[in-house]
Amino acid sequence: MSIPTDLDRRFRDAAARSGMLDAGYDLVQTPLGELLVAATDRGLLRISFDPDPDAELERIERLAGRRVLRSSASVDNVHRELDEYFEGRRHAFDLAVDLRGLTPFSERVLHELARVPFGETATYAGLAERAGKPKAARAVGTIMNRNPIPIVLPCHRIIGANGSLVGYGGGLDRKVALLTLEGVLL
Amino acid sequence: MIPPFETFYAEHNREVLGLLRRKLGPDRADDAFQETFLRALRAYDRLDHGEHLRAWVLTIASRVAIDVYRRTNATVEVPELAHEDPRPAYEDLGELTDGLPPKERAAVVLRYGYDLTYEQIAAALDSSPDAARQAASTGVRRLRKEKSA
Repeated sequence: MSIPTDLDRRFRDAAARSGMLDAGYDLVQTPLGELLVAATDRGLLRISFDPDPDAELERIERLAGRRVLRSSASVDNVHRELDEYFEGRRHAFDLAVDLRGLTPFSERVLHELARVPFGETATYAGLAERAGKPKAARAVGTIMNRNPIPIVLPCHRIIGANGSLVGYGGGLDRKVALLTLEGVLL
Repeated sequence: MIPPFETFYAEHNREVLGLLRRKLGPDRADDAFQETFLRALRAYDRLDHGEHLRAWVLTIASRVAIDVYRRTNATVEVPELAHEDPRPAYEDLGELTDGLPPKERAAVVLRYGYDLTYEQIAAALDSSPDAARQAASTGVRRLRKEKSA
């Protein structure tokens, strides 16, 4: 037996509105499969492909605090912008991000990454240079692989110097799909 | 180890709703349900440990039920505590504290039966840690007096 859906939903909405949540999250259906999306009052905290909810909950708790609740209201705006992006109606996300827990260099790299526009690509080395460490292409690769907010922070737009796709944290198929959606690949 | 609030909520929401429906009926139970978990959420980041979360949330629900009952009824129902829990310390204390006023009884049982901190008890009773401490000590004094009488 579970509690009535509307009662459950009303509590979750009220909790999100109360401002007492450390983080709220929800599962969002996209053409790339189900994503877990989590946000705090600072902004978008996490997007995960193929989420394992228990492991994700723990991870969110470690980053943001124990008052974590599934609530669609907490990620409404993210959900909407993702829908628009996948429908081809949005080329830039208008979302604050919460990068807590990252090293200053990772943060700098992700800020530079956010400036690579829709439909364009950059190289790992190029991104390393923009973040002030031209020799750190390999470290940038690791940071891309661990990007906590893929799609919105567009690590799919970062490719090898020879034009190869190299890799993607969410699986290379998804990198291909995203670059195809953006018209980079045919 | 205190679980994420989602886990806590998913684990206890059915039982809380069941208790509130028994005490208040289905109509008033819905609002009380929301109030119970919002109170729990408010206090959740101050919890020191994750033991007896069930007793804790059922106590909050009982307090909310009293508040709702007072708001909507002329007479006041004395709350039952979460006596479904088989923990022996509580069973003993439950009987022993039978004659105490509800707030003192809850404070004594949660403190000495469940070893909750005054912070946690305060959250369950919707009062301050000082008031919870005072309710527990008044309750204990009253019990001693009764025993020696």
